[in-house]
Amino acid sequence: MNTVSLKDSCDDAFIAEVEQESEQKVNTCYQCGNCTAGCPYSSFYDYPVSQIMRLLQAGQKETILSSHSLWLCATCESCTTRCPNEIDVARIMDVLRHMARRAGYAPERAVKTFWDSFLDSVEKHGRVFEMGLVARYIAKTGRVLTDADLGVDMLPKGKLSFKPHPIVGKESVAKIFKRYNEERES
Amino acid sequence: MSGTYAYYPGCSGLGTSVEYDLSTRAICRELGIELVDIPDWSCCGSTPAHTVDHTLSCALSARNIFQAESLDVDGIITPCPSCLTNLKTASHRMQNDAFKARVERLLDGPVENRLPIMSVLQVLFETIGPAAIAEKVTEPLTGLRLAPYYGCIMNRPPEIMDFDDCENPVAMDELMTALGADVAPFPLKVECCGASFGVARKDMVMKLSGRLLDLAEDVSAHAMVTACPLCQMNLDLRQKQINSAHKAKHRMPVFYYTQLIGKALGMGEESLMLDKLIVPPSVAFRKMDEVRRSAS
Amino acid sequence: MKIGVFVCHCGSNIAGTVDVATVAAEAQKMPDVAFASDTMYACSEPGQEGIIEAIKEHGLDGVVVASCTPRMHEPTFRKAVERAGLNRYMFEMANIREHVSWIGKDTEANTRKAIDLVSMAAAKLSRNKSLTPKKFDINKRVMIIGGGVAGIQAALDCADGGLEVVLVEKTSSIGGKMSKLDKTFPTIDCSSCILGPKMVDISQHPNITLYASTEVIGVTGYVGNFTVDLNRKTSYVDWEACTGCGLCMEKCPSKKTHDTFNEGVGTTTAINIPFPQAIPKKASINADSCIKLTKGKCGVCEKICPTQAIRFEQTDETVVESVGAVVVATGYDLFDYTRYGEYGGGRYTDVITSLQYERLLSASGPTGGHIKRPSDGKEPQNIVFIQCVGSRDKSVGRPYCSGFCCMYTAKQAILTKDHLPESQSYVFYMDIRAPGKQYDEFTRRAMEEYETKYVRGRVSMIYPKGDRYVVRGADTLMGSAVEIEADLVVLAVGAEAAQGAPQLAEKLRISYDSFGFYMESHPKLRPVETNTAGVYLAGACQGPKDIPSSVGQGSAAAAKVLSLFSKDQLESDPQISEVDIKRCIGCGKCIETCPFGAIEEIDFRGQPKANVIETICQGCGICTSTCPQGAIQLQHFTDNQILAEVNALCQQSMQQNYE
Repeated sequence: MNTVSLKDSCDDAFIAEVEQESEQKVNTCYQCGNCTAGCPYSSFYDYPVSQIMRLLQAGQKETILSSHSLWLCATCESCTTRCPNEIDVARIMDVLRHMARRAGYAPERAVKTFWDSFLDSVEKHGRVFEMGLVARYIAKTGRVLTDADLGVDMLPKGKLSFKPHPIVGKESVAKIFKRYNEERES
Repeated sequence: MSGTYAYYPGCSGLGTSVEYDLSTRAICRELGIELVDIPDWSCCGSTPAHTVDHTLSCALSARNIFQAESLDVDGIITPCPSCLTNLKTASHRMQNDAFKARVERLLDGPVENRLPIMSVLQVLFETIGPAAIAEKVTEPLTGLRLAPYYGCIMNRPPEIMDFDDCENPVAMDELMTALGADVAPFPLKVECCGASFGVARKDMVMKLSGRLLDLAEDVSAHAMVTACPLCQMNLDLRQKQINSAHKAKHRMPVFYYTQLIGKALGMGEESLMLDKLIVPPSVAFRKMDEVRRSAS
Repeated sequence: MKIGVFVCHCGSNIAGTVDVATVAAEAQKMPDVAFASDTMYACSEPGQEGIIEAIKEHGLDGVVVASCTPRMHEPTFRKAVERAGLNRYMFEMANIREHVSWIGKDTEANTRKAIDLVSMAAAKLSRNKSLTPKKFDINKRVMIIGGGVAGIQAALDCADGGLEVVLVEKTSSIGGKMSKLDKTFPTIDCSSCILGPKMVDISQHPNITLYASTEVIGVTGYVGNFTVDLNRKTSYVDWEACTGCGLCMEKCPSKKTHDTFNEGVGTTTAINIPFPQAIPKKASINADSCIKLTKGKCGVCEKICPTQAIRFEQTDETVVESVGAVVVATGYDLFDYTRYGEYGGGRYTDVITSLQYERLLSASGPTGGHIKRPSDGKEPQNIVFIQCVGSRDKSVGRPYCSGFCCMYTAKQAILTKDHLPESQSYVFYMDIRAPGKQYDEFTRRAMEEYETKYVRGRVSMIYPKGDRYVVRGADTLMGSAVEIEADLVVLAVGAEAAQGAPQLAEKLRISYDSFGFYMESHPKLRPVETNTAGVYLAGACQGPKDIPSSVGQGSAAAAKVLSLFSKDQLESDPQISEVDIKRCIGCGKCIETCPFGAIEEIDFRGQPKANVIETICQGCGICTSTCPQGAIQLQHFTDNQILAEVNALCQQSMQQNYE
């Protein structure tokens, strides 16, 4: 690990932005590690969640936004529920994930693709069309065998429909996305 | 009548968890809870929406809250914890006027945000109650040993979900006990199963759901019982994948609690759709019968 | 009246932003002012001498000093004017430092404000009256509430100092939490070996009257003259006859009584002596589990007692004690760890508190000093200690550090290695607080010599797996989540206010903070006094602390009592309320609103009137503002004196506005 220049590499504007979007105060964290201890995904993270908090306190923007951890957080709320300083850690992780996406990072490409495919389905039909979602995911990732083994179990039980369930108001759902995208561009 | 509620089924209720939706509707009918489907409901965005942006995700939920407000109901209920947390978080955050205004800019019109939002489990537990359900049981589940699994977000974080204990919830335990079942203490009741990572990061679901199945075996459960479509899918549909990944031999049926309530109330297969479960329920019922035989 | 005004420069502290010469010049023009000047340092010796000389030279009968806050030098200047032959209450201060020069740099505005404050002080002074403090007798007996180590030390020091001491203890034996400890840090002294002799001294000291199993019901009176009502709870045993032989305990068939002394580890008999070194060493019967008292059967103890000491018909007894001072040493209780649902919420048998573990370690404890798992009695191999359970945790309302848990955990880890050489102990910590003498060296010993593995990180969750427990923690220094399978988990629970502390505080009329710890007069300079005259604090009731600090405070409180009693009479503050009987209509409103119970109703020629009990009145002024007739007035702050200040200020402003 390189020597970190505390003053020069600390991005105060980044810290302020995270605090504003998450409505949490980063200095309240005393690095007890409770969040890491209870996080079921700790073993998959490159930086355990308490270290993400420490990096945030030190304003290490690039390190955080390029990390894999942000994309592997399931927002299971274990950290938030147990934090002795009542910090909503899960919300901070979500906000960091928003910022990473906006900055163009996606170290867990498959995860991002899955989520994007899901939202595309919602935007198009108003409700998720599960087959469509998986098809789109496979098309974008090239992982043709994704859960192919599960089809054998699901199809005979009628758990997968081949047709989407568009709703009457799917336009209003599509408009939500449209307005969101427009606001982001401006 | 024990109340009229706007019902939000959730997208998976149309496909992978159709048995959960159907059994929920059936037992609500039986127990006097009137469900009115939210007209033209749309996807709440589940996990993907909130990973992109909170205003977007709340707007997707808020549209459904708006649709529900046209009904004359006591509140909004849903069987899916993911839908529940999205709806409740949207409602909670919209108490801030500035945020509400930002959300409404994405919608067609303003939202009143006045209806209480709960899980079906909460209404069953608090409004009907285990004692009243116990009285209606005609086919008690005596001898059936269950491991109750609530999933990570049903009761957390407590400030938003506001129901039951966040470390050791007991609503499902008590309902199952009321049905005559033997409920095992299950220490990982609120531990995440791997959530929606099954497709993109199957390894995580294998590990986390695998651990839950191992523990269910350790406590000698005949079956697991759950209240979340995603948890149920990870534990049941992916059980073969877990067995393969861990060289294990789990044969652990995973019921929806609504199916078990329906069964104990003597309702038929069309209402319960037990045959939709991947690991056959008969595996559990055989063990239940054995216990009954050795007890008599 | 001839008032002298002295405006202080306070070096440049005041003069830097206030034109003191102008203030003095304007003061000279004020009504009744015969002399005005500015002075460099009014509180210094030459400054004070200057005031005294001016009083004599100009025949002044009242003095205004415009300088710092009265909290700083009011007593100084009052003594100075007294030396010049005036009554000390013919003196007023105008605070032109904290209230003027320290606020801002606008000299013009500051000077105007200083002039206003001086004119207000002069106006009040012209209405002041000479006041004389009264003297009253004091009862040179002291009551110590609480028989833990702090109370014991206070009692012994007071008694050795020649005072009569009444020691009141809620439980059936003195000794407090210290008597439950096995060994003490950092010396690993046996707790009962060092406390025992002090406890025996209490029982044998001719000056000490010990009431055990006794609680305070009510307190009335004031410093020097308190009356305390005590409830001696019945033990159903005549303690005059009981010899503490313990035969009753051996034969009692009711063996499932909750064992309070042993923190609920194991059970005890309905009739019991809590521990072998108990003082008083007398038996008590727990009425809820005694078969004779609940069902009318048994009575074995009565039959076999060699001195026939059992008295099933015994009842509670009220005792009244009169004392001149009270020392409160009621100690602390431990945090209820069942609030942590993630640690099992009390459902897991082998997840225990540090004090329960202490009882397991103790040779006089329920396992005879053998460390055994409560669930199956087996010796544990992996023992996990978790620090900060209920301390430094906002989410459970305990943001403070309890101060002794790091030390006692290290002690327990060391003792564990001595008892079970093959065991492995782990300690999960966030920080190590070891500030006392030899303390840090002690914690290092646990890590370096006794092979305890210290892991820096909290524990998020404990859950059972088979007959062991998975402890899920973090090692933040290593940067990873960690897991251990533990046989026994010991929670280092934090201290909280003792049960019933706020209720006792209200009886004594002392303050307590939001956690229930009693409030000292000043956190730095007056740690054992309260704002209630005659009531002192000692030990953990004032805040969590270790044994040396508690003992130190016990001695400190005793010193305060001895100094209070060094005179035969005390002076009362004359700045108290006084009733003008002619105006009093006997409505009783002042009696109801007085927070100190200092006003009583008396009969005056057949009519009800209010009367102020001078020694209790604290001079708060609530009665003055309550009285519809203006009959009761707070001396030195009467309505007319305050109105004089208001008139002086407002009339000046009115004049300015019209100009």
